Amino acid sequence: MSDQSLKRVDLIFGEYSNVKYKILADTLARTNDAILKDILDSGLRGRGGAGFPTAMKWKYTAETTSEEKYVICNADEGEPGTFKDREILLRVPRKVFSGMAICGKVIGSKKGYMYLRGEYRFMLNDLNRELDIYHEHAKKLGFDFTIEIRLGSGAYICGEESALFESMEGGRGEPRNKPPYPTTSGFMKKPTVINNVETFVNVMMIMRLGPDQYKKLGTTDSRGSKVFSVSGDTPIPGIYELELGMPLDRFVDEFGDGDTKAVQVGGASGFCVPRKKFKDTVIGFEGVPTGGSMMIFNSSRSMYNVLHNYLEFFQEESCGQCTPCRVGCQQLLKGIVAVKKGEKKAAYLDQLMKLSESMKITAKCGLGQSVANSFSSIVNNFKEEMIY
Amino acid sequence: MANKVNLTIDGINVAVDEGKTILEAARSLNIHIPTLCYHEDLCVAGNCRVCVVEQEKVKTLPASCAMPVSEGMVIHTNSMKVRLARKHIVELLLSEHNADCTKCYKNGNCELQGLASQMLTGDHMFLDLVPDKKYTIDMFNSAIIKDDSRCIRCQRCVRTCEELQSVSALGVAHKGDKMKISTFFEHSLLEVVCTNCGQCVNRCPTGALIERNYIDQVWDAIYDPNKHVVVQTAPAVRIALGEALGMPSGKIVTGRMVAALKRLGFNAVLDTDFTADLTIIEEGHELLTRLKKALVDKDPSIALPMATSCSPGWIKFIEHTFPEFLPNLSTCKSPQQMFGALAKTYYAQKRKLDPKNIVSVSIMPCTAKKFEANRPEMRSSGYKDVDFVLTTRELGIMIKQAGLEFEALPEEKFDSFMGVSSGAAVIFGSTGGVMEAALRTAYEIVTGREVPFDGLNITPVRGTEGEVREASVLIERTVPAWNFLEGVELKCVVANGLAHAKTVMQNVRDGKANYHFIEIMACPGGCLGGGGQPIPTNPEIRAKRKEAIYAEDMGMSIRKSHENPEVAALYTEFLEKPLGHKSHELLHTHYTPRKRY
Repeated sequence: MSDQSLKRVDLIFGEYSNVKYKILADTLARTNDAILKDILDSGLRGRGGAGFPTAMKWKYTAETTSEEKYVICNADEGEPGTFKDREILLRVPRKVFSGMAICGKVIGSKKGYMYLRGEYRFMLNDLNRELDIYHEHAKKLGFDFTIEIRLGSGAYICGEESALFESMEGGRGEPRNKPPYPTTSGFMKKPTVINNVETFVNVMMIMRLGPDQYKKLGTTDSRGSKVFSVSGDTPIPGIYELELGMPLDRFVDEFGDGDTKAVQVGGASGFCVPRKKFKDTVIGFEGVPTGGSMMIFNSSRSMYNVLHNYLEFFQEESCGQCTPCRVGCQQLLKGIVAVKKGEKKAAYLDQLMKLSESMKITAKCGLGQSVANSFSSIVNNFKEEMIY
Repeated sequence: MANKVNLTIDGINVAVDEGKTILEAARSLNIHIPTLCYHEDLCVAGNCRVCVVEQEKVKTLPASCAMPVSEGMVIHTNSMKVRLARKHIVELLLSEHNADCTKCYKNGNCELQGLASQMLTGDHMFLDLVPDKKYTIDMFNSAIIKDDSRCIRCQRCVRTCEELQSVSALGVAHKGDKMKISTFFEHSLLEVVCTNCGQCVNRCPTGALIERNYIDQVWDAIYDPNKHVVVQTAPAVRIALGEALGMPSGKIVTGRMVAALKRLGFNAVLDTDFTADLTIIEEGHELLTRLKKALVDKDPSIALPMATSCSPGWIKFIEHTFPEFLPNLSTCKSPQQMFGALAKTYYAQKRKLDPKNIVSVSIMPCTAKKFEANRPEMRSSGYKDVDFVLTTRELGIMIKQAGLEFEALPEEKFDSFMGVSSGAAVIFGSTGGVMEAALRTAYEIVTGREVPFDGLNITPVRGTEGEVREASVLIERTVPAWNFLEGVELKCVVANGLAHAKTVMQNVRDGKANYHFIEIMACPGGCLGGGGQPIPTNPEIRAKRKEAIYAEDMGMSIRKSHENPEVAALYTEFLEKPLGHKSHELLHTHYTPRKRY
C-alpha cells in the first residue's frame, strides 16, 4: 500500500452473482491444478489468526491417498472481541458453503462439516435452509459433496483445530500432539482441511476476481482484505472489511474516539499495542496478525483491569491438559493481583515475564502458546499500571 | 527394515529408525531427558511438557516424548532455554501440588520429588496455589486412596484405566484451573466401576493414587501377645520384593522373604502357594465336573466355558461389565481367601487355637485383594477370613522399618503346615500359570498320565503381555471314569490385562469363540505385574519377573499341585474330598451383579 491509507473494501459481503451458486458451478468445471494454482498465486493465508498458506494446506491433503478425507469449516468463533464469522454466516453463508465445496473438489473429499459455535445456535435453522439449497444445486451439478453442521458446546479450546476434531469425535476437547498434522490425520484420523469461515469466503473471492486482481489488495506478506470486528472505545463499533497491511495509526484515526490509549489486536490471545507504537505497527502477518479482533481502549481504562479480565478468561478456558497453560495462567493472574496488592514486589513481574516466555515456547497447542501474549505486551507497555 | 533418520542430539550424530521420538533417540545415546507424563506402557500424551528440548530453527520447544525425529534435526537437550523452561514447568507443577512431602506415603519414591530435587527448586519461584484449591481426598475405598491435592494431572492413570484396562473409571473432568482427574459424577472409587486393580497406583508419579496401607494395624497385631498372627505370601511377591529393597528386578528372594517375615514377628509364615495348589484341585475337579454334566448329562444349566476366579480385579470387572457371565466363573475362592478360611478353621483346630485370636495377614502383589478380603462373601469361617492385606510394597516398608538388611538375610523355609507348595502354584503369579497348573493336574486325572509336554512346561498356554493366547490340548487314552472326554480337544484361552479380558468375553458373548476354560488375570503379565508390586513397572521389569517365576517353578521338587503332600493331608484330615461339603462351605462362593453406573 503506497499511500499508507486505510481502504475499505466490500468484497466479502458483496453480491458476486444474481445466479445462485454460479461461481461454484464455474469453478467445478475447472481442473484441480488450475484452482490450486490460483489460490497459491493469490498468496491467501488462513484467516483464523495463524496465517498458514491455504494453498499448501489443500495441496498436502490433496496429495494423500486416503479414500476418506474431510473438509471442515471452523466456525467456533470464540476469541474475545471477535464477531466477524457470525456476520459472514448471517449474511453470506452461500459463499462459505461454496468455498468448502471447492475445497472438497480439490482435495477429493465427499464430506464437509461446519463446527458452529454453541452460542450461534440461533442461526442454525437459517444455515440449514441454505444448506438444503446448496445440496439441491450440488445434486443438479452432479457434484458429490455434502455438508453437515455440528454444534460446539461452549469451550473456547474447541476452536483449536485438533481439539475441535476431538470434540466432533465425541471426546473431550483437548488438543492433540502435532505432528501428525490435520492434512494427514485430522477428523477421524483422516486427512482433513480445516479452515476458518472467512478463508473459505476468500477462496470464493479469488475464484471470482482471479489471483492478480486479489493480489492487488494488501501487502506482500498479507494479501487480500480482512473483516475486522471493531469494539471498545470507538464511536463506530462494528464489522468492517479493510485491506490488510494498514498501519495502526491510520486505523485509530478512523475508529478511535480521539483519546485512544491502546489497541488490543487479535483478541485476548493477541497483542496490546500502546499509543507510542501505533505509527510503527502494521496490521498483518508481517506485523501484528489478527483473526479480526480490534479492541480499542481509551485513557479512562485501567490496563490492569483489562489484563485481569483476559487472564481470568484463560484461567477458565485453558483445557487444563498441559502444565504451562493450565498452571501458567493461574500464576500470571494470581501474580498480578499479588503485585497490585503489594504482597509481591514489583520485581516479581520480571519473574512472571520470564514465565510468560516459557509458556509461549512450551505449551502444547497454539492457544497455550498465545495465552501469555496479552500479559507480556500489557505488562511491558503499562508496567506502572500493574504496580500502582 | 525401517528407514533410518539422521539427526544431531547435543552435538552427537545419530541414526535412528523412522517414527522414533526424540526422547527415544536421546535414550539410545544415554542422554536422559526427564519425563513425567510419559510411561512405557501407555500412549504418548505430551501434556506435562517436562521433556521439552530445543530444536534449531524452530521457535517453540517440542516435547521430546511426542515429537518424531526428522532428517537433519538438530536438538539440544540441555540448553539454557531448555533448563529454564523445564524448571518453570516443574515449579508450576509444584505450585499446584500439595508438596507436604513428609506427610506423603510416596515420600522418597515420587517422580515429582525426584525432579524437584534435581532442579534445586528450593526457593519456590511462584505463588502457592494449593490453599485456594478445594482439593478432595477419596478415602472411602478399602484398596485405593485418591488424593487430588497430590495430583499433577499427567493423566497416566486415565490412560492406564482406559487403554490397559478398558475400565475407564478415571477420566478428566472440568477445564482450566478446575481441571481434575475424576470419576463418574465424582463419586468415590468405591461406588464406580473401578476394579481396584491398582494399575493406576503403579503408574502414578506422585502420591495422588496410593494403596490404603494397613502397616500399623499389622504391627499392632504382631505386638499384641494375645494374637496369633499368621501370614501368607502370594507367588508373585517372592520374585518382586527385592525390587522394593534395592535389588535388581528378577531376583528370587523366597528364602530371604520368609526370614524377614519371621524376624518381623509373625507367629507363622505360611504360603498362599499351598492354597494355590488347593485351588487347582478344587477348580480342576470343578471343570471336569462341569464338562461331565454338560457333555454326558446334557444339563443345560451348566455354564461353559468356565473362567478362573483368582484375580479379584477380574471378578469386580465381570460383576460390572459382563454380569450375565457370572455363572461361568469358577465358584472357587481365590487362593488368598481359601487360605484365610482355612487359617481360622483347619489351622486353628490343628494348632488348638481359638480362631478369634488368629489374625490372618496376606502379602499380595495386588491392591484388589484388599477389597476382596473385605467382601461380605469372605466370612465363611465365621470370621473375616483375611484380616489385613499388605502389598509387596508395604512389606518392603515394614522390612525397612524393622531395620533388616534384606540382602544379607539367610534363606529360611516356610513354616509347616500350609507352607508346602508345588511349582504349579508358583506360576499362578504369571499369566497362563493357572491354566498350566490346572492342565498339569486335570490331564493326569483324566488320562492317568503326565501332560505330554517336555519337562511339564506347557509353553503354549504361557501368556504374553498384550496378547490373547488360545491353545488346545487333545485328550487321548483316558482312564475309564473319564472316557467321555476321549478325543475331546480341550480349548483354552489365556488373557492378561482387562482390555484383553474384555475382548475375550465379547468374543464369547458374540459366539465368535468357543472355549472350555478361560484364564483371566486383571493385570498386565498377570500377578507379577500386579497393582501392589514395586514401582516402577515397565515391560522390561515384568519380563524379568516372569523369567524368575518360571525359574522358581523349575527349581521346585514338586511340580504338580496334586502331589503336594500337605494338600493331600488336608483332604484326609479335614476336607474329605474335592468339592465336598466342607469345601463348598469354606472354599467356594458366588458373586453378584453390579451396575456399570
